[in-house]
Amino acid sequence: MTLPAHARCVVIGCGIVGNSVAYHLTRLGWGDVVLLDKGPLPNPGGSTGHASNFIYLVDHSKEMTALTMDSVRQYQELGVFIQSGGIEVARTKERMQELTRRMASAGSWGIEGVSLLNPTQVKELVPYIDESMILGGFSTAGVGVVDSLRAGTLMREKGQAAGALHVAPKTEVTGIDVEHERVRRVRTTDGDIEAETVVITCGVWSPRVARMAGARIPLTPAVHQMIDIGPVPRFRGAKSDIEHPIVRDMDTNMYERQAGGDLEIGSYAHRPILYDPEDLPPVEQAALSPTEFPFTQADFEEQMQHALELMPEIVGDESVGVKYAINGILSLTPDGMPVLGESPDVKGLWSAAAVWVKEGPGTGKALAEWMVHGESEIDLHSSDIARFHEHQKTRAHVRARAAEGFNKTYGIVHPSEQWASNRNIRLAPFHARERELGAVFFEAAGWERPQWYESNAPLLEEFGDRITRRTSEWESRWWSPLINAEHLAMRERAGLFDLSAFTVFDIVGPGALASVQCAALRQMDVPAGRVVYTPVLSPNGGFKSDLTIMRLGDEHFRVVTGGAAGMADKKWFRDQMVGGAELADMTSSMTTIGLWGPRARDILADTTSDDVSNEGFKFGSCRTIEVGTQRVLASRISYVGDLGWELYVPIEQGLKLWDTLWEAGRPHGLAACGIGVYGTTGRLEKCYRAHGNELETEYNVVEAGMTAPRVKEEDFIGKAAHLRHREEEPAAIMCTLTVDDHRSKSGEKRYMLGREPILTRDRKRIVDRLGRGSYVTSAGAGPSVGKHILMAYLTPEHAVVGNRLLVEYMGERYPVTVAVAGATPLFDPENTRIRA
Amino acid sequence: MRIAVCIKRVPITGGRILLTDDARAINTQHLGFTMSPHEECGVEEAARLIEANRGDSVVLTLGPPEAVEQLRDAMALGVDRAIHLQTDGQEWDAEATASALLEAISADEAANGPFDLIFFGNESADSGGFQVGIRVAYSLGRPCVTGLKKVTLEGSSVRCEQEVEGGRDVYVVPLPAVLTVKEGLNLPRYPSVPGKMRARSKPVAVTTPTRPAPRLELVRLAVPAGQGRRAESLGIGATAAPAVVEVLRQAGVL
Repeated sequence: MTLPAHARCVVIGCGIVGNSVAYHLTRLGWGDVVLLDKGPLPNPGGSTGHASNFIYLVDHSKEMTALTMDSVRQYQELGVFIQSGGIEVARTKERMQELTRRMASAGSWGIEGVSLLNPTQVKELVPYIDESMILGGFSTAGVGVVDSLRAGTLMREKGQAAGALHVAPKTEVTGIDVEHERVRRVRTTDGDIEAETVVITCGVWSPRVARMAGARIPLTPAVHQMIDIGPVPRFRGAKSDIEHPIVRDMDTNMYERQAGGDLEIGSYAHRPILYDPEDLPPVEQAALSPTEFPFTQADFEEQMQHALELMPEIVGDESVGVKYAINGILSLTPDGMPVLGESPDVKGLWSAAAVWVKEGPGTGKALAEWMVHGESEIDLHSSDIARFHEHQKTRAHVRARAAEGFNKTYGIVHPSEQWASNRNIRLAPFHARERELGAVFFEAAGWERPQWYESNAPLLEEFGDRITRRTSEWESRWWSPLINAEHLAMRERAGLFDLSAFTVFDIVGPGALASVQCAALRQMDVPAGRVVYTPVLSPNGGFKSDLTIMRLGDEHFRVVTGGAAGMADKKWFRDQMVGGAELADMTSSMTTIGLWGPRARDILADTTSDDVSNEGFKFGSCRTIEVGTQRVLASRISYVGDLGWELYVPIEQGLKLWDTLWEAGRPHGLAACGIGVYGTTGRLEKCYRAHGNELETEYNVVEAGMTAPRVKEEDFIGKAAHLRHREEEPAAIMCTLTVDDHRSKSGEKRYMLGREPILTRDRKRIVDRLGRGSYVTSAGAGPSVGKHILMAYLTPEHAVVGNRLLVEYMGERYPVTVAVAGATPLFDPENTRIRA
Repeated sequence: MRIAVCIKRVPITGGRILLTDDARAINTQHLGFTMSPHEECGVEEAARLIEANRGDSVVLTLGPPEAVEQLRDAMALGVDRAIHLQTDGQEWDAEATASALLEAISADEAANGPFDLIFFGNESADSGGFQVGIRVAYSLGRPCVTGLKKVTLEGSSVRCEQEVEGGRDVYVVPLPAVLTVKEGLNLPRYPSVPGKMRARSKPVAVTTPTRPAPRLELVRLAVPAGQGRRAESLGIGATAAPAVVEVLRQAGVL
């Protein structure tokens, strides 16, 4: 069969993801879609072909859970899903606690049919388990096994039946032509195809194919070991692929599942074994398939012991033999999430890579929606290919983080857990000063940011009982009471903040205003010298981002956003730019110091002869002032809800500015404050929302309580949807809650960390009319209000101040009260401080 | 009874075989390793005989340090211990291999008594010299029967069935004897997990024989024509029927 000369879209790779993307594109109305693979069908030889094909539903990541749940739904519709149930078993007390967290995540994401089991109950469901090895289990009824190859075939056939899809197996891509930074043509062994868009769904080969277009897909092929033993006497005569629950032996990083008459044993416990895409053999040279590497027995010795301990009846049976053993190759990324979306390197070149079978169809659907409609139903910001900063795409970084993350596949990962590898990539100019102050550094976008400063220990004594101490190890991990002490010092005097991790980019030129107007909800045609905090909406009126934009001149805007979302935001703005506008990334040219607190003006005034009075420098304005011998762009805005400024200088002058402010601040009791204050305590007291927490594409401006009195005349992305939302009754309302009683059954006080389900007093989930459940979007201390603060979207009936609800945490329920419905701050509700 | 089995570490093939640039070796970059399939049957036969008759079984190999993996595999199937004649990875010709094995076998026999049976694969899966077993038997002065598809112990002799065109030749030879066997002799068992775990702690005696100057020189290898053909799936279930019909039609049988 000859290839079409032209295609609306060429999808490269016939694994579960490629088939799904291709099918959903045709379902959404695209014709002329071509699906290629260098291998034969139905199993071209990628990771889909050797996957263990089981699906666990509950993940702490909302995004991943949503993709998985949607995939299960699709597999079920295709008739290739066998529900078996699954049990995650615990061998340790720490794991039992983790299983209560999984219960909570199930509650937050609306997964039913979950329960905690004692060893006897596990034994009833899995009669071949040695229950003396375990303390209990977390059971998910909806777990099951799929036929992913069959699913791919069915989806492909649907696209073909609609006449919209051309499938070409055994067709290898030899090049991708890019002209003017846009993809133009796919070259193959069977001829060239002019293509408007190209999707790389090549699994472990994706980086290699992307490189043909000069683009990068940061993932690494890695080994997952798997053996198949049989025939298992107990499974003799099995009528289907699986009749017993799949067991995940979490503490040993292993799983055991029935596979017909056999038992499959898989492991994520061995040393990380990473390859480069170039190491994969061509299809015709592979003994089994290009992604089934020879088994390395030495890496599996301990795992045999673990499997034997847990299932001695089967694994210890001398008549049961190891029939098949492979080092299966799968994809790992530096942060454990997939790589989805349009490449920031090449327009029209899309990636759907590092996707596993369990989330394959859901990902395919979401990506197709994104391509066709400009956004997907499921918010994919954690998977966005545009999220990576430059250093995060290097081979060394990808390998270091993938290696570190591999053994966390079934790990107990604290929500604030820090990476250990490849640190100290981006250092603030005052990094040495921070070290001298005993900073404990957390990483953000590769920047080392002080989370708190050990040198602030004397503040603990000063503030005494006003600082809550935590006794539970889990909540004390990656946390310090010094955060709360710094917070109080800032509220009473002033705090100095390292904000170097901001992503900063300028949009300049005659088209600058039109460009930022298009992206920003708020009016950007303001006088120069104004700084505007604005949501950035998706086409459906959800939150793509939120950030601040300074107007520095008629044709000069400076966009300031967080490090985590910075690169994706930059791509978003660049994509909206009109003719005559140019974007310049200033992130590595500028550094930012925050100075806030009631004494901030006094401190700044001591360093400048410029007018920094309230009348002379109003809230929401920005301008260049002289601080000592430096020219500093000062922006009077605050994310901690106090008087003060963000101060921008060229990065090489950052140290000087720090020293100047530090010296001036000492008589005023200035404290160095970490991001624990900036990102959590200061923000939560003010009920300020954060992207990725409260602000996602799944929620809109009205629901977030951020509706402005008027909508600007000018057009902007998401305007029609936003106008509609303003007319509707919101399905949910962002609320701030406080915890009434922290005591657990054991008497120890416990503090929620976020993502826990909010329940009614009679322990029922709260679900809005759009099917979205209530969960804690952010949690943290409010030292000035003396409360532990939770944020959550609640249905209008529950979004009533004084309403009493429950939060589920670590298997227990704690009483909470709605303190604020909407955006009114808990602390300083009149905002007198920031306007002081 | 006492049984020795000699095995060789060889690449697992399946896909198209590639040669190194100088054509003097197989490119094993993408290949795993195994013992030759004939030898796997020898190991299985030894394990069965020892299970039935008790005694001591030893697996020997001449090969690189990594060949210990194949020794462990043999022990996972039931062989009691291993002797590893370690090389630096260079190829040894059949004569040198046989002489090194002979030395090791003789030393073991001097310490523990003669082997009733010594199994070899009929030929190795990679170099296919067809010689090592025969050379060892000759040096030991013991009877040797080759190409065996069936082995039956009959008191102090062994009945050997050799596949020949159109039938089988049957030999009965007295013990001790050397037998070279072929795939199909038996159906080797899969190793059990406990078997694999026991193999970890079974003894492996390591010696490092000196490689004599080779009398046979490998000039170059060539991949035979026809290599690299692959089976192709025409589909699954009923959907494959039209493609199958087409193939049969092309073959002229429909």
